[in-house]
Amino acid sequence: MPVTRSFAAELADTPVRDLAAFSAGASDADVTRALARTAGERDLWDFAALLSPAASARLEEVARESRRLTERRFGKTVHMYAPVYLSNECLTTCTYCGFAKDLDIVRRTLTVAEAVREARALAARGFRHLLLLTGEHQRLTGVDYLAQALRALGAVVPQLSIEVQVWSEDEYRLLAAAGCDGVVIYQETYDRATYADYHVAGKKRDYAWRIEGPERAGRAGIRRLGVGALLGLHEPWREDAIATAAHARFLTRRFWRSEVSVSTPRIRPSASGYTPRAVVEDRELAQLVCALRLYLPDAGVVMSSREAAAFRDALVPLGVTHTSAGSHTEPGGYTEPGGAEGQFEVNDTRPPDEVARALAARGFDVVWKDWDPAMRDTALAR
Amino acid sequence: MSAREHDPLVIAGRSFGSRLIVGTGKFSSGEAMRDALVASGTQMVTVALRRVDLDATGGPDILSFIDLDRYLLLPNTSGAMTAEEAVRLARLARAMELPTWIKLEVTPDPRYLLPDPIETLKAAEILVAEGFTVLPYINADPVLAKRLEEAGCATVMPLGAWIGSNLGVRTRDAVRIIVEQAEIPVVVDAGIGAPSHAAEAMELGVDCVLVNTAIAVARDPARMARAFRSAVEAGREAYLAGLAPARDAADASSPLTGFLDPMSPLSG
Repeated sequence: MPVTRSFAAELADTPVRDLAAFSAGASDADVTRALARTAGERDLWDFAALLSPAASARLEEVARESRRLTERRFGKTVHMYAPVYLSNECLTTCTYCGFAKDLDIVRRTLTVAEAVREARALAARGFRHLLLLTGEHQRLTGVDYLAQALRALGAVVPQLSIEVQVWSEDEYRLLAAAGCDGVVIYQETYDRATYADYHVAGKKRDYAWRIEGPERAGRAGIRRLGVGALLGLHEPWREDAIATAAHARFLTRRFWRSEVSVSTPRIRPSASGYTPRAVVEDRELAQLVCALRLYLPDAGVVMSSREAAAFRDALVPLGVTHTSAGSHTEPGGYTEPGGAEGQFEVNDTRPPDEVARALAARGFDVVWKDWDPAMRDTALAR
Repeated sequence: MSAREHDPLVIAGRSFGSRLIVGTGKFSSGEAMRDALVASGTQMVTVALRRVDLDATGGPDILSFIDLDRYLLLPNTSGAMTAEEAVRLARLARAMELPTWIKLEVTPDPRYLLPDPIETLKAAEILVAEGFTVLPYINADPVLAKRLEEAGCATVMPLGAWIGSNLGVRTRDAVRIIVEQAEIPVVVDAGIGAPSHAAEAMELGVDCVLVNTAIAVARDPARMARAFRSAVEAGREAYLAGLAPARDAADASSPLTGFLDPMSPLSG
């Protein structure tokens, strides 16, 4: 038996509410102290201070440090990926999601051949890293379906990640063997009570099973682990931001061979008609990206096309390392746009070459390929 | 011209006029990288195999910015976490008809990118047996350096500090021992953040330095590359000229052994 604890246990002992309250009332001296420490020394209280209204008044200073750390670690580059929605079939009832079970929308699950067509279309546009997404449907998009899709798409692009329902350790091993390099799991919200409000039915009700998903993936030898909270679900949003940062730090320590990335998605309009409980302003999101960088100097920070073009471009120098472009959130959207309902409305609709040009104008080179299947070592699974 | 003035770096029987190897990651554009390579005067350029995409569609591949007539391409295995992965990447280079000089990097930890000594030695043994010219990235461990030399590596490349840190030659004392014991060229790789660090490494007697981040993220990468070129040359010259030893105090004005002098009133 491992002597180490799960993140669920660690989070239970983490005073998230106190940290958020400290953040709300942090003084200028707290910010100064957090800024003065080196990246490796900063603790969750420093992160809370950097996320505070007091630090917002000094955002320029925080942003400069964030840019310095990001440049040192990642250089003047941004990694590009594309989401591929394989299915919008879903058995869960998340009231904020455009795929929720009871919504009357056009549903579709791609066949493996259709998925390959989508991947080829994306490869022709330059993409070499695809993120495969599905709703949560055990039968239609189970582990066998995913493994088949991964094997087929692995012949088209060198790097594949998934953002789907959570699996057991053995199932993650199977997916890794099929060519899955990365697993992204949004906890949606880290607050247990809020989580229970939104997830009233289906397998997703099980908070602990979901929060321990990244650990199971890590134990299965998955090399890239992504976490995030859907900002807007829980008020105050800073509690979710603090828990996310704690989760990323935990995974970084425990799975020292894996790369950890953090996403900071804000709720977008969708067929659900959901109204967020909390609103994260642009300035606050920029501050969150910088605070994450100062707390997690080596973590990838992912910003999808949920965000507006100009805002996204401006955030890249501040700490964003991974971005998508020309995204469709409906299954089949790259070859037959609009054939099914999307998960949410994409905000930045620019095609990938246009995004690449905009980033080049800001002095950033787009890295399309940063992985080679020759490195895929399934024997690594532990 | 004395032997010392004609001072090429010789690795695996091949001569290089420059003692600076330049890495190609982290640049803001292919053009910025190309200009920096020219300004650096380098003759050897390292590229991550995982980034090479001969069928690139999103834009020109990184290799299209590197003049292969001008530089020896040194493909590297960065990203590999095990010996097996590194070996597979090296074979990929051969399959792509890239040079079979391999900068061997086995770094299981994606944050500090510190090299795994056990896996590195394993991979080096396999690659040498397969006919590759192997330049391994290692921690500044003098015993490991000798083991890799015995395994048939063409150089050893101890780190000055962790990759991308720009902290300088923090491993100075261990690097000095590696230089003292080595029968193959020693390249300080990683940690060199300023031209003064490069000069310091060269003054210690290392044969060559590898620089990437410090050039790539400088405001003016080409100008920084030129600065590194000068610093490497200055450091090498200083090493060959023989540095005056540093002293922590002035010499005592009255010799302690003056009484042994024949002219001393105490003698005879």
